[in-house]
Amino acid sequence: MSFAEWFSSLRVRTRALFHRERAGQEIDDELRDHLEQQIAENLAAGMPAEEARTQALRALGGITQIREQCVEAKRFNAAEDFVEDLRYGLRQLRRNPGFSALALLCLILGIGANAAVFSWLEGVLFRPYPMVAHQERLVALAGTSRGESGATEIAWPDLLVVRESCTQCEAVFVSKITSSTLNIGARAEVTVGSIVSANYFEAIGVRPALGRGFEPSEEIGSNGHPVVVISNQLWRRRFHGDPNIVGKVQRLNNVPHTIIGVAPAGFYGTFVGWAMQFWVPASMEETFESGGYKLEDRGARWVEAYARLKPGVTRAQAQEEVSAIAVRLEREYPATNRGRGMRLWPLWATPFNNAGTLLPTLEIMIVVVAFVLLIACANVANLLLVRSFGRRQEMTVRLALGASRVRLLKQLLTETLILAALGTGGGLLVAWLSRHALVLLLPARSGVSMYLPGEIDWRVMMLNAGICLAVTLMVGLVPALQTRELQLADALRSEASAVVGARGRAWMRSGMIVFQVALSFILLVGAALLMESLEKIRTTSPGFSTTSVVQTGVSLVAAGYDAPRARDFQDELMDRVRAMPGVESAAYARLSPLGNGSYSSTPIAVDGYDVPLEDQPTVEYNQVGPDYFATLGIGLLTGREFTRNDNENAPLVAIVNRTMAVRFWRGEDPIGRRVKIKGGWARMVGVAADAKYESMREDPKPFFYVPLRQDFARGPVLYVRTTQPVRAVAEALVSQVHALDANVALYELLTLQEQVNRSTSPQLVAVTLVSLLGGLAVILAAVGLYGVISYSVAQSRRELGLRMALGADGPRLLRMVIGRGLRLTGAGILLGAAAGFVLTRMLGKLLFNVSPHDPVAFGSALAAMTIIAIAACLLPAWRATRINPTQVLRS
Amino acid sequence: MRVKLFDRELKKGSAELLILSLIEHRPRHGYEISKLIEQRSDGVLKFNVASFYPLLYRLEKRGFISGRWVEKAGQRRRRYYQLTAQGRTVLKEQRSSWADFVNAINRITGEEHA
Repeated sequence: MSFAEWFSSLRVRTRALFHRERAGQEIDDELRDHLEQQIAENLAAGMPAEEARTQALRALGGITQIREQCVEAKRFNAAEDFVEDLRYGLRQLRRNPGFSALALLCLILGIGANAAVFSWLEGVLFRPYPMVAHQERLVALAGTSRGESGATEIAWPDLLVVRESCTQCEAVFVSKITSSTLNIGARAEVTVGSIVSANYFEAIGVRPALGRGFEPSEEIGSNGHPVVVISNQLWRRRFHGDPNIVGKVQRLNNVPHTIIGVAPAGFYGTFVGWAMQFWVPASMEETFESGGYKLEDRGARWVEAYARLKPGVTRAQAQEEVSAIAVRLEREYPATNRGRGMRLWPLWATPFNNAGTLLPTLEIMIVVVAFVLLIACANVANLLLVRSFGRRQEMTVRLALGASRVRLLKQLLTETLILAALGTGGGLLVAWLSRHALVLLLPARSGVSMYLPGEIDWRVMMLNAGICLAVTLMVGLVPALQTRELQLADALRSEASAVVGARGRAWMRSGMIVFQVALSFILLVGAALLMESLEKIRTTSPGFSTTSVVQTGVSLVAAGYDAPRARDFQDELMDRVRAMPGVESAAYARLSPLGNGSYSSTPIAVDGYDVPLEDQPTVEYNQVGPDYFATLGIGLLTGREFTRNDNENAPLVAIVNRTMAVRFWRGEDPIGRRVKIKGGWARMVGVAADAKYESMREDPKPFFYVPLRQDFARGPVLYVRTTQPVRAVAEALVSQVHALDANVALYELLTLQEQVNRSTSPQLVAVTLVSLLGGLAVILAAVGLYGVISYSVAQSRRELGLRMALGADGPRLLRMVIGRGLRLTGAGILLGAAAGFVLTRMLGKLLFNVSPHDPVAFGSALAAMTIIAIAACLLPAWRATRINPTQVLRS
Repeated sequence: MRVKLFDRELKKGSAELLILSLIEHRPRHGYEISKLIEQRSDGVLKFNVASFYPLLYRLEKRGFISGRWVEKAGQRRRRYYQLTAQGRTVLKEQRSSWADFVNAINRITGEEHA
């Protein structure tokens, strides 16, 4: 075909598509011309005028049918059919507003739940860092410890070796979360930020909006480069968008920092869940981290890092290289690196931020929302089936008028596509509205801007378009296939055929109800299991008192205290706190159990315990002050607490937990034995009961305590056991602290119960989401059940009327109709229980002390489903009892 | 009955070739084409309007022929169809395969008569 012809054909096509009326007019003109020429010929042959016309019309045939076939032949492309079907479908939707609204609502909820979860997956797990380039090649880099699952931090010198040696990595950079007291004018606030390597901004491809990022020299030295890049949020909120901010000085943890840059708007750093407010170079680590100068200490593991792989490099390939580097480091530095490795994690499983915490929940959510979508689809398919029954005659007439079955099938699918597309649009709107919902489910923290946005990008849109098509096929094919059953002759006896034809559909509709009930039942079981698990977590003893104890931090680092002044301050404050009314005891510790900070860990050597070369024991520990165990209510099994005498001048001492005592001293009394910690031998003075240290779900693990004075931290947590209400304690504490120094601020005051609740927030998120969506699924299934039972009651009016006439009373009919609903429900529950028995294992990671086959969960789901099913059947059953037998039989 | 069916299939198979041949040398309108088919075949080949015009439109859609409206003084506007370059090629191919087909049929049916 030449270009001119192709172009002319295209013109004809376009004209046909957009000038349908003109095309119809042209057919009319041509046929009329044909008719007139025939009449003229007939007249010329000598026929009378009337006869000539009649003969010509007869030769032409049925004009409507010819026109229809000509239109069909002129129809140029599927697009034209599609446009026509779209118009027709939209008219149909407008004509049945009740049906349309219900079907759309089901689809919007079903697709919306999916779109929301996809957008969370995208925004929280796969592309969590707005503005950061090439996140598909970004991996998290963390340490491993032989014999232990999970991740550890990395030592700065080791990180530098990886950064220099890794040939498969385009960039390796550090981003370690920290917090700081920010004093601006008279206002001080605690805020979160990151300690980063100097290549940070360059590596993530983010250019500061004002000023510059860090220079390579700025990550070297001990507190050598007090410079800071602040977030756009902070710049606008606290500095009122000052355009001359660069070069000004801001105190962070009481150290003056020069502001060298402002991050661009929309950049929140690289920590899933929290919006970072400032970035300082690694050389400032000492100002923000406790434990002194660590940039040259291979034993101090505090770094959290990321690597961007070179294009085309897989994680496995890079892992091979990184592992080889770790092996080399282990060989070269056995004292610090024995048993240590490094692991690259996909971004969605990053172990050191909220990605890892939310991953199990979001994984479950994929299955949950798929179930909700299937239930919604079954509802819509059922609605369409009922409607296709009402449209039987319309379809038959169209077949009689020459429409092909393929054409009808296309039309029905187009109608469903309109529903699915509107549902997808609505669903995306739901996702957009709920994009910040995850943050709402997590408990607020003072000083932290939570940021867990859903991301609706082209990938999420494509996925939803896919869902839209899948829904169209799932929902639309069922009624569309019904056109196969249509017989032309049915048009004449539609009433009679309706009842016969309904039988197949009744079976299909019942099948869909069983399917919906089964899926809802599984979700109910899941929700029940998670609720039970959360209850168990929250009622299990963490090994310390959760009542009557409050905790807070005293930010001496921020107030610029050096170690000797800090010691004096802590002693004086402790004396004052103990003298406060209602205070039973008080103590300091470097870290609080179940908090966010990471415990120090150290390789240990135990006197009399032979360590296999390959099994260097590494144990975590906390630095605690006198009365710690009494204050927190952790039992001392033998020995004594630390006292003020266990100070920097006294011999090193330690208290181990029960698990450590059993593992290393095998039942013998460890009191008086020695353990080598960070190069010094400490003598055991006590054995404490096991407690939960990092997570309520952890198994008992070896742990020990050293006196705070012998491993000093300037910003410890203060615990107060009191008989007073929290508010009173808070006020008294603030006045005591300010009496000593007005510049020292207290961190957030929490009860230990609040601390426990905070640590179980991922479980709370899972419970809330699964319960919400499970509830939604059950409501959708109940609507479906109600629809099917109502419809079957309406269809069986004659039968029910006859039964009444033969003496059946109201209660009997009620039982009969509800029985029908319960039989369907029972079948669904059986199916759901069987599938649930297998599927609930997926919840394993989220369950705590609850079997996935827990009979209580299955029992309560059974009870809930049955009650809901009875409720859904009650109205139609009541309607059945209101049937007037004489009226029905007469009709 | 069987003969009728056979005729119908033959007509269907040859209809395109007939239309393309008739407008090979000059444009013609629909009525003229249908009458010429009837006349030149002595009434053996006759298309009803319900299948003739849709066939014309389909040929136009496939780019073998192109139609344009011509208005002459004192008469209704009329649509004339002419062969496109692509249609000319198709006509050549169809003619040759039709000739092959008829020859083949003749050879077989001729042998039976011999």
